[in-house]
Amino acid sequence: MKNEFQVIAKLIEKEKKVLDVGCGDGILMDFLKTNKKTNIRGLEISKNKVQECIAKGLTVIEGNAEKDLKQFPDKSFDYVVLSQTLQAFLDPELVINELLRVGKKAIVTIPNFGYWRIRLDLLLKGTMPITKTLPDEWYNTPNIHMCSIKDFFHFVKSRDIKIFKSLAINNQNVSIINNKNLAIKNFFADLGIFLIEK
Amino acid sequence: MNTENNIKTLIVKKPLKLDCGKTINEFPIAYETYGSLNKKKDNAILVFHALTGDQFVTGLNPITKKDGWWSYAVGPDKAIDTKKYFVICANVIGGCMGSFGPSHEDPNTGTAFGTNFPVITINDMVNAQYNLLDHFGINKLFSIAGGSMGGMQVLQFISNFPDKAKTVIPIACTSSHSAQNIAFNELGRQAIAADSNWKNGNYSSAGTIPNKGLAVARMAAHITYLSKKGLQEKFGRKLQEREDLKFGFDADFQIESYLRYQGSVFVDRFDANSYLYITRAMDYFDLAKQFKGNLADAFRAAKAKFFIISFTSDWLYPTQENKDIVIALNSIGADVGFVEIESDKGHDSFLLDVPDFLGALKNFLDKSYIEN
Repeated sequence: MKNEFQVIAKLIEKEKKVLDVGCGDGILMDFLKTNKKTNIRGLEISKNKVQECIAKGLTVIEGNAEKDLKQFPDKSFDYVVLSQTLQAFLDPELVINELLRVGKKAIVTIPNFGYWRIRLDLLLKGTMPITKTLPDEWYNTPNIHMCSIKDFFHFVKSRDIKIFKSLAINNQNVSIINNKNLAIKNFFADLGIFLIEK
Repeated sequence: MNTENNIKTLIVKKPLKLDCGKTINEFPIAYETYGSLNKKKDNAILVFHALTGDQFVTGLNPITKKDGWWSYAVGPDKAIDTKKYFVICANVIGGCMGSFGPSHEDPNTGTAFGTNFPVITINDMVNAQYNLLDHFGINKLFSIAGGSMGGMQVLQFISNFPDKAKTVIPIACTSSHSAQNIAFNELGRQAIAADSNWKNGNYSSAGTIPNKGLAVARMAAHITYLSKKGLQEKFGRKLQEREDLKFGFDADFQIESYLRYQGSVFVDRFDANSYLYITRAMDYFDLAKQFKGNLADAFRAAKAKFFIISFTSDWLYPTQENKDIVIALNSIGADVGFVEIESDKGHDSFLLDVPDFLGALKNFLDKSYIEN
């Protein structure tokens, strides 16, 4: 399981009720169910991925986070997880609000557009950056609202959203982001993980 | 249409009070089983049939001599694996394959009930079938499953008996019959009533059969089970065994010939009055209304795991109506999964060889059974 998921799993205590939004093929769900006795649900837009989850015995609803989160009651989950999909929504702010309404806490991870390799790619080549975490071309990328760790940090602060934990991941290294090291983490991390609450 | 041979029947001794206010006593429920019940009696699946189905789910139907209606899904190693599970299916009351219905003799008159048979509901159907659990000594079913009207029975069953099933699989159905659904059913009923052989439902004593009306009802309904795309691909404007149009009203087009055939074979196996009664039961179905408009309340007591399945090309019970059930379940934090299966085969998809559907059904059941 990728490092990002291991970090997310560490943030979630045992026997909690969790919704994984954009759960993909259910790797994180499966891990939480097996290792943390999590009461886990998934929401996934791809029919094929939903089928993969069903084959793993996971409870998944086929649906779209922008439209289908509204059916869940307020604070009906202890945690709502959104892994690397915020940038693909038409209205990321609406999705963040919905995550924080449905979940007591939300765990959001974002591919960091402030990562040095991305900056360098654009600076030297003058073309839209392509990296391991962002492998698509400009014309076929699902990512229409990219942001950096710094952008997201400022965004949550401006919306009175409480940050419990913000972590930077660079390959296998996980470190804590704070006000002082924000600029550095924004440069060296390719992924940011935020535990937030409203 | 009843043939006593090959039909297993449970005579229900306990009186059943129907929604219409009447009470029925000592009535027959015809059923069939597949696979075997294990010692713990925890591997039973109650399957509910749709409008024109019957208890013969799979294998050869001994009465019609055709494959059972869910042969693709039920059988050894199939989605509902009869090597593993004990499958029970009953003919609904109001039906014509041995369960108490309008073709049964009215002891007061000595002739068939006809339209003197009480109007029954989906609720009455599942309450009648519940007696099978006592009959087999099953405390809790592993699963209940069904498509179309079978799905409506699944929803009603878990609402009536919230602790009697571990998993719940309503397929291609709705929690409330729409105006369009009622309209199509009314078209079928009027076709039957317009047949002079119907005789206000007393055709049995008159020695006639309203074959033409029933065939037209079936033809109209059959169109609603298919998708426009499916029909176009299968038939298009292809002509039926002729080089050119005949400038008459014979079946020039293959689709006409196909529908006429569907109508003609249907009348051999189905009773016109049963068609009236069962379509009426579907039209009366409105689960939310039973709970003052709040569908979620129908499921509040259930501790079951739900899996809802719809099909992209089903316009009779479209995805949104299936999703409304998912939404109601999510609003009470129920354990519910949902998938919409891609298929061009319309509402009938659940009866056909649709691998994505059959795979999802099998995976859901088998994984749930392991965790059982």
